Amino acid sequence: MLNSLGREIPEYIEGIGKLEPYQGALTKLRKGWMDEPTIPAPNKAYLPHQSKLCKTLEEAIIRSNPHNGMTVSFHHHLRNGDILLVQTLTILHNMGIREITLASSSLNECHDPILPYLKDGTVTRIFSSGIRSQLGQAIAMGVLDTPVVIHSHGGRVRSIHTGKIQIDLAVIPASAADCEGNATGSHGKSAFGSIGYAVIDARYAKQVIVVTDNLVDFPCIPLSISQNFIDHVVLVDSIGDASKIATGTTRITNSPMDLRIAKLAADVIEHSGFFVPGFAFQVGAGGASLAVAKFIREKMKTKGLKGSFMLGGITSYCVDMLNEGLFETIFDVQSFDAVVSNSLLNNRRHIEIPAALYANPFNCGCITNKIDVVVLGALEIDVDFNVNVITGSEGKIRGASGGHSDTASGAKLTVVVCPSFRGRIPIIKKRVHTIVTPGETVHVLVTERGICVNPAFKELEENLRRAGLNIKEIHDLEIEVDQITGIPAPLEYTDKIVGIVEYRDGTIIDVIRQLKE
Amino acid sequence: MKPKIAAQSGTFESSDVIVLIEPLPENSGRKIEISSSVMHQFGASFNRIVVEMLDQYELTDIHLIAKDKGALEPTIKARLETAIKRSLDLQEGTLK
Amino acid sequence: MKNFRNRRTMLYIPGNNPAMIQQGGVYGADSILLDLEDAVALNQKDAARALVRNMIKVTNFYDAEVCVRVNHLSTPFGLADLEEIVPLQPSAIRYPKTESPEEVADLLAIIEKIEDRHGLPHNRMTLHAMIETAMGVQNVFNIASKFSRVDAITIGGQDLTADMNIIYTSDGAGIDFARKRIVMAAKASHIDVIDTVFPDVNDEEGLRKETEYAKKIGFTGKAVINPRQIDIIHEVYTPTEEEIRKAYRIVKEFRANSAAGIGVFAIEGKMIDAPIVARAEYLLRLAKITVS
Repeated sequence: MLNSLGREIPEYIEGIGKLEPYQGALTKLRKGWMDEPTIPAPNKAYLPHQSKLCKTLEEAIIRSNPHNGMTVSFHHHLRNGDILLVQTLTILHNMGIREITLASSSLNECHDPILPYLKDGTVTRIFSSGIRSQLGQAIAMGVLDTPVVIHSHGGRVRSIHTGKIQIDLAVIPASAADCEGNATGSHGKSAFGSIGYAVIDARYAKQVIVVTDNLVDFPCIPLSISQNFIDHVVLVDSIGDASKIATGTTRITNSPMDLRIAKLAADVIEHSGFFVPGFAFQVGAGGASLAVAKFIREKMKTKGLKGSFMLGGITSYCVDMLNEGLFETIFDVQSFDAVVSNSLLNNRRHIEIPAALYANPFNCGCITNKIDVVVLGALEIDVDFNVNVITGSEGKIRGASGGHSDTASGAKLTVVVCPSFRGRIPIIKKRVHTIVTPGETVHVLVTERGICVNPAFKELEENLRRAGLNIKEIHDLEIEVDQITGIPAPLEYTDKIVGIVEYRDGTIIDVIRQLKE
Repeated sequence: MKPKIAAQSGTFESSDVIVLIEPLPENSGRKIEISSSVMHQFGASFNRIVVEMLDQYELTDIHLIAKDKGALEPTIKARLETAIKRSLDLQEGTLK
Repeated sequence: MKNFRNRRTMLYIPGNNPAMIQQGGVYGADSILLDLEDAVALNQKDAARALVRNMIKVTNFYDAEVCVRVNHLSTPFGLADLEEIVPLQPSAIRYPKTESPEEVADLLAIIEKIEDRHGLPHNRMTLHAMIETAMGVQNVFNIASKFSRVDAITIGGQDLTADMNIIYTSDGAGIDFARKRIVMAAKASHIDVIDTVFPDVNDEEGLRKETEYAKKIGFTGKAVINPRQIDIIHEVYTPTEEEIRKAYRIVKEFRANSAAGIGVFAIEGKMIDAPIVARAEYLLRLAKITVS
């Protein structure tokens, strides 16, 4: 069957079940409730003064009823410094556990060592918001029989509520925890800031292990994760490589190209009609996206304009803007550097939020619904403004859906920033390889060679033209870039589906097919 | 024409290509090795450009290695031309 | 009168760097300067020449003026540069270490010979003379005024201080006289004059101050070595809204008055004469505003 973006979606996939095709960004939400029933969270009982402490991670896992076909979940707040996901799967593998469903909120390069477990049947299914590096390559080549499911941060919460992801064991690394499992990421030698993605896992998993390298006296404050959901607590030497978890401050890029694109994006925001007192703002942490914050900061100071809140992945740059009084509040679901952890711990206007409050579409209002302006990146964008942030030009899985589609659907102004070509590969396509974020939720594309406005937003285009910005029709820019790079030969795929991409409402927006060798 | 010496041009930088040329004994034919960060998408067109340039200079017995990091066509052609001229000892206006 | 162009910024791009050349046009610089001289190693001159030639033919530099800095004719590279570049007719050739009008005459003779061979006119491509030696500074007026093809002169600060055997300091003390003398020669010849580069790309405040100074003493614009410097220089050179309003009023009233046969008039008690009108027209061109 075809979804509303014209992508062929199978009705049923073995190991996943019936699929529902995407029918529009807000179609399902208009009803006002979610049709799928919410499964009950487990209820457990502990005796007074019963100890939760285990000597080793292995002991905690043994006490968690490991079994074939189990689902194990993790959060990705340790980013590329995480070591516990690999350790956990190695322990399970050594115990002979097979057919594990891995449900990590995201996967990074540091998780490459689990590749043998995909090959030998230890891990047979994966749910994640992102997959990269060797894992992304192997999955694109078809290492798993069951397609991986790519979800958004908000969509993951929904999937756990509906039981699409039924977590048997959640392993939650924390940079500080007490003997009862009250835990946080906001202090300790391995501090990583917000632990927002793990909150839903703690609530819903049948067994929950908190792992820390910093066992503090009871109680561990703040109660980012609270003890009433925690089964076991383990003290280890290290939860990860601190140098890759969070360091110092995040620097603004020096790349002239990223800065150029960021400057143009800031001009777009300034003249969009949404750069007004009390505006809410989100930027990513990388390259051009973060650099937009630099120019917006200058413009806010020049105009004496103050915003309401910043949301999302938070960098030291956001913290600086909070401290300068440019914004009233930060809502922090994920923190990117050490300065952010300090601010989260000490500033009451810097608020830690769980993924559900951040972006779950099925509740009485997530905070992404209140964004005015969001700046997002792209691996590819097509002439219908559909964005791919999951598969690279070589067909491999090498990115993350993350909060991309969540924030785009909520924002009044979604600005996508990217260079018009990378390493000779044009970024603007007739059709993106994989749709993650639908074009109807994307307002503007900003590249170094021109700004393209989604034709559905006429007033915005008029505002930007009136400001004298370099507006081009997206088809014209596509041709212009193709003339510079040459037209790349298309990649070849088999019919086998290796991944499905869920939209935040649980419908299927696209599938990823196996790359031919 | 017959290349006299081994020669190279270009760099390993992004958007550039490094080209190495070695003369081969007569009747050895052409040995062309291309590797590229965009091999899937532009490998065929790269190969066509190499063959055209070698034809243009009538080079038949030659070993050519190209390592490409996404160079655009005018860059590829410039680097090939420079390497070929250097191997023929025909380059002008430069120190060697 | 010559075609008017904004020359607030001239972006140097190393001639052997394909990544930078292919993106040269996207940063909004008024001029792109593809460099075959100091930015290219002595044993890569042939490679850079072939690359610049191929790139100029196909690259879209958008609204920017495209110039090529060739090597001096006293080097083994200069003539080969001209043979390759002149047939492409970029907007301008930039000639380094210009010291005398005789040198310019020799250069132009060679250029014109190449142009004749290719059936090209002698009046399309212009010449920018770089003044980078004490001798050049002494002869600058004759270099600037004698040739219709020379439509801009520039100062090369680093080379000039080396030639003067002094240290280049950030306050520009050693080259201050040269700067002003070169500006005066350009003004007397009615051509553009471009200031030297500001070498510290991380010092945004320093760049802004130096540009403000260059603007104050009469430079048309400034050379830049990093695209990040462009916006700051443009900000300095962009007239304020008040300046634009005033200029607009001057030009509008001047046209109305001349139509009525009145030569000299006053606005708010201030006499408006020809030089003030010319200055106002220049400001409006910078701001890309036409008087209806």
